[in-house]
Amino acid sequence: MEPEHDPVEQPPRQDFSRRRFLQLCGMMAATLALPREYAGLIAHALTTAIRPPVVWLEFQDCTGDSESFLREPTLVNLLLDTLSVDYHETLMVPSGRMADKSRADTVKNYKGKYICIVEGAIPAGNGGVYATIGGRTALSIAQEVCSNALATIAVGACASDGGLPGATPNPTGAVGVRDAVPGLGTLISLPGCPVNAYNLTATIVHYLTFNQWPATDSQGRPLFAYGDEIHEHCERHDHYEEERFVLAWGDEGHKQGWCLFRMGCKGPRTNSNCPSAKWNSGTNWPIGAGHGCIGCTTPHFWDRMTPFYRALPDD
Amino acid sequence: MPEIFLPIVSRSDPPKPAQRVVIDPITRIEGHLRIEVQVQNGRVTDAWSAATMFRGIEVILKGRDPRNAWLFAQRLCGVCTTVHAICSVRAVENALNISIPDNARIVRNLLEGAQYVQDHVIHFYHLHALDWVDIVSALAADPAKTSDLQRSISSWPNNSPQYFQTVKDRLQKFVNSGQLGLFANGYWGHPAYKLPPEANLMAAAHYLEALDWQREYIKFHAILGGKNPHPQTYLVGGMAIPVDPGSAKAINANTIAQLKSMSTKAIDFVNQVYIPDLLAVASYYKDWASLGAGPGNYMSYGDWPAKQGSAYAWGDQWLPRGVIYSKNISAAPQALDQNKISEYVTRSWYTYTGGDAAAKHPWQGETQPSYTGPQPPFEFLNTDTKYSWLKTPRYNDTPMEVGPLARMLAAYAAGHTQVRQQVSRVLGALGIGPEALFSTLGRVAARGIETLVVAQQMPTWIAELEANLNSGNLAIHNGAKWDPATWPADAMGWGATEAPRGALGHWIHIKNGKIENYQAVVATAWNGSPRDGKGQRGVWEDALIGTPVADPEKPVEVLRTIHSFDPCMACAVHIVDGRGREVTRVRVD
Repeated sequence: MEPEHDPVEQPPRQDFSRRRFLQLCGMMAATLALPREYAGLIAHALTTAIRPPVVWLEFQDCTGDSESFLREPTLVNLLLDTLSVDYHETLMVPSGRMADKSRADTVKNYKGKYICIVEGAIPAGNGGVYATIGGRTALSIAQEVCSNALATIAVGACASDGGLPGATPNPTGAVGVRDAVPGLGTLISLPGCPVNAYNLTATIVHYLTFNQWPATDSQGRPLFAYGDEIHEHCERHDHYEEERFVLAWGDEGHKQGWCLFRMGCKGPRTNSNCPSAKWNSGTNWPIGAGHGCIGCTTPHFWDRMTPFYRALPDD
Repeated sequence: MPEIFLPIVSRSDPPKPAQRVVIDPITRIEGHLRIEVQVQNGRVTDAWSAATMFRGIEVILKGRDPRNAWLFAQRLCGVCTTVHAICSVRAVENALNISIPDNARIVRNLLEGAQYVQDHVIHFYHLHALDWVDIVSALAADPAKTSDLQRSISSWPNNSPQYFQTVKDRLQKFVNSGQLGLFANGYWGHPAYKLPPEANLMAAAHYLEALDWQREYIKFHAILGGKNPHPQTYLVGGMAIPVDPGSAKAINANTIAQLKSMSTKAIDFVNQVYIPDLLAVASYYKDWASLGAGPGNYMSYGDWPAKQGSAYAWGDQWLPRGVIYSKNISAAPQALDQNKISEYVTRSWYTYTGGDAAAKHPWQGETQPSYTGPQPPFEFLNTDTKYSWLKTPRYNDTPMEVGPLARMLAAYAAGHTQVRQQVSRVLGALGIGPEALFSTLGRVAARGIETLVVAQQMPTWIAELEANLNSGNLAIHNGAKWDPATWPADAMGWGATEAPRGALGHWIHIKNGKIENYQAVVATAWNGSPRDGKGQRGVWEDALIGTPVADPEKPVEVLRTIHSFDPCMACAVHIVDGRGREVTRVRVD
């Protein structure tokens, strides 16, 4: 196993060593389905002089996507070396007027150049009163900040399509960015509940390396992350084919890691790279831990994928 | 609280009129909070706390399968992820009279414990620290002196002058770039910052280390629950992670070894980084031991169901349940009766049938959202009437503080050995008495103490799991009532949990196999509510009175007290509809 740091360089044990950084750039290349040689190009792109500004907006959210972002192994690099996260209410130092100033300064000084990330749904009902920040509606802030951005990335189910607040009967008229701010030039959707931040990082890295956003499907979801059904690459696929199904929680099949189709797994109807990217730096994923997929990257999954424990029809 | 009028100092200096200061957004919390304070002669004389975002999750839950509820409820919050899931399955299990296998009890305890340890560390470093630590001042630090400081307080190995030089260089490069990102427009240089540059550099280094640490530690959740945030592993009746020493796809000996190793590292980090930093920082801010007290009543539901007959049990839980009135910790906490819980909407944007002067228990509760605030964009709220999306929970019509301080006080008063030990150690190290606990500083200390005792308890639960594994006790789910056909036509239940931020309760009414009614009364509602029907201030509205404000544009002092409560607003404003009353559909134009 590689040592944590090169004794000649003498970086501190916990510091982000160059070798580890390059290692992660290599992993990023793999995620984007690029040859290993691209790792160097990616590394160079991530350490340029002027760091692209980011305005991260949170609306009707649970902060799960931000928390997912905190699990990213390259987080410290992203925050200090690669990006300039100028506005993020969960992490930023100033409050109130000085926080507003941070946002306003970036929107004005970097107009057309900053990346806008949106987390949480946007309530459009009743004039948008169900979410205000600094006395302004979420809707008005989204309209201003997204339309002046280089690009907007909607992270998580709620920003993608209204998510949980948008589930029936949608008491607040919650919608995703696409409907709150129609006609945006570049809007990327990274659904999931929460988003797998690995995919957020890879999306940004793609842009910084190639000066273009990754190819997306008709919903604006990058193909490298959402192009394939979970079922296609599931580690339990053989069990499915051989009809070795878990029939009750804790039964022999469950212990042996058999297919969770009969326990309601929505993998066959859900597009996501969970089987390969997994979660928490590849530690595990729901199916690996014995619970079926709930289809959380599918639009309106809270209505379309429920009841979660009812099996999909055989076909 | 009587207003003190200070005499005019000179004829050319009339006393300043009271100033209304608005802080919105309050940052470094979860969710959306607005604080308005009245400032006179440099002190807060009144305060109003307003939740500014509403979603409607209980309305959304009506009519759904109760076995799914935990997945919805978990999304009440992604910071204190897991706790709503536990509370939800407990409510359903209570309603349907389902008991869970011992392994499920243990795995839930471990998931909750890991959540606490990670969440509290993040809170200290990434949400609260920058109210006390001046990052820009760190650039003036001497790395050799910083190394001396580090070595004097802890045996943590990242302590060389070269290490602190590297951190300093990295921060310097960052600041030199001119793009200050999250640190831009901070309150750097504010007179309220008291730490010497070396302490600031040490804290800054640990801010970065803690970002890496939390990511690694919370893999604990991914191992047991598939992922974090939002582990996907709870079930009504147990858990979805199988237990089998003979399978690579289940909790086995390897899993136990991993969990033990992670647990040991966590204890080390808390003991060698978090607690020493807390003590070092607190030693410069002892004046905050007499600020931010609040009403002085504390409530804990208790948590972590204990193994039958275990030595660590207080009642049937590891942390005890109880109520403390008027800061009295010299007697055991009073017994808690959930029937005494009620919620007012008098000053909240909801209506009750029959009028909103009176409070309602969650089982009789109802919520009709009704926004009567100013039309956005607005400058001030109408704080004389209704001004928040939070309802106002009361216990016995009394405002109750919940959270780490409430839990540690309840445990202390109950005679909890580990808690008493750590409280004495921290108070001794700071040279302050127990009365200091009832304050902003007290809350910060309580959170650290709690993190340590929880981290130190985790090996006990891992050992319980290991013992079950070794004795062939492999049950993880009680499926006797998984099928809705086994349920009564009508059932009501209550689930209680202690979330990192405090007492959390879910009340459910199941009718013909579907959710008829779902209610959650959440920690931050207890702490961050507006006034009640009797005009009693919310807990942190009260706590803010007397807070100094040197510069209304940079109200770091207000943030110190608010952050000491660790607000989680999304949780608090979930929305409750006691009757499953049909909410008017809102047309999206």
